[in-house]
Amino acid sequence: MYHSKILVTLRQSILDPQGKAVEHGVHSLGYDSVRNVRIGKFVELNVDAASREEAEKITREVSEKLLANPVMEDFSITVEEKK
Amino acid sequence: MAIKFGIVVFPGSNCDHDSHYVAETILGQEARLIWHKESSVGDVDVVILPGGFSYGDYLRCGALARFSPIMKDVVRFANNGGAVFGICNGFQVLVEAGLLPGVLLRNDSLKFICKYVHLRVEKAGTLFTSCCRKGEVLEIPIAHGDGNYFTDGETLRRLEDKDQIVFRYCDRSGTVTDESNPNGSISNIAGIINEQGNVMGMMPHPERASDPVLHHTDGRKVFDSIVESLVNHSQLV
Repeated sequence: MYHSKILVTLRQSILDPQGKAVEHGVHSLGYDSVRNVRIGKFVELNVDAASREEAEKITREVSEKLLANPVMEDFSITVEEKK
Repeated sequence: MAIKFGIVVFPGSNCDHDSHYVAETILGQEARLIWHKESSVGDVDVVILPGGFSYGDYLRCGALARFSPIMKDVVRFANNGGAVFGICNGFQVLVEAGLLPGVLLRNDSLKFICKYVHLRVEKAGTLFTSCCRKGEVLEIPIAHGDGNYFTDGETLRRLEDKDQIVFRYCDRSGTVTDESNPNGSISNIAGIINEQGNVMGMMPHPERASDPVLHHTDGRKVFDSIVESLVNHSQLV
């Protein structure tokens, strides 16, 4: 069994009004040094696969087909063997 | 001859009955609700993907509805030239399913907006706008939190070159301005059509502006266009 973590982030070219609103909140707290707040998604899942390569392949396919929309999002994955 | 409307019902759809009512009661055509677990759209002439919050908008609006069993047949129907019309959440499902280009992001104001807006008809004479004039201004309500149409520059140019932008947000006089853009959509886009001209998606709700009792009937032009186009088409065949 493998455990995958997927980080889905808005592409840099996409405006992130949610991140902007949060940045405003951070500044209201007095943290003026904080910049470029961007909101993304975190997904974790288990894959029942024979090898790490297979688990990575499945995680990548699921991310491309469903978890991220390539028009507006990028994703990165990490896969670890689950003990 | 009556035109057969098929309205897909996803878990969380909430404008399905409005569309059904317009098709059957206002237009006097045939209409049938199609549960998303059905595997075929049957013998309908036009498929409507209605507004609402399919699957609670989980993950991304429309992202999960796209995998409902019925969508396989909707894609087949569309690829065979069948008329498919996505309204609001239905538009979001169409872009997620790859039947239309682009994506619908969170409104730039971050607010859910429910109000009447003005739309300029950019492309008349399509299957969905045959009863409209180019440049005509329609007053139709929007009700969405994620209607901010976005696409990369190359796709936008292609949409413009192939004349696929059907509606733009505008002011009362028909001028497209930043102030009349309710949600931040690129190039004020409110509705687009595919290259073949049989699949259209729009964020505003024409089915909410079709019954005279509501004092707004501009939306009816879109439905009248569908009926007129399909009746003419069937007479040609």
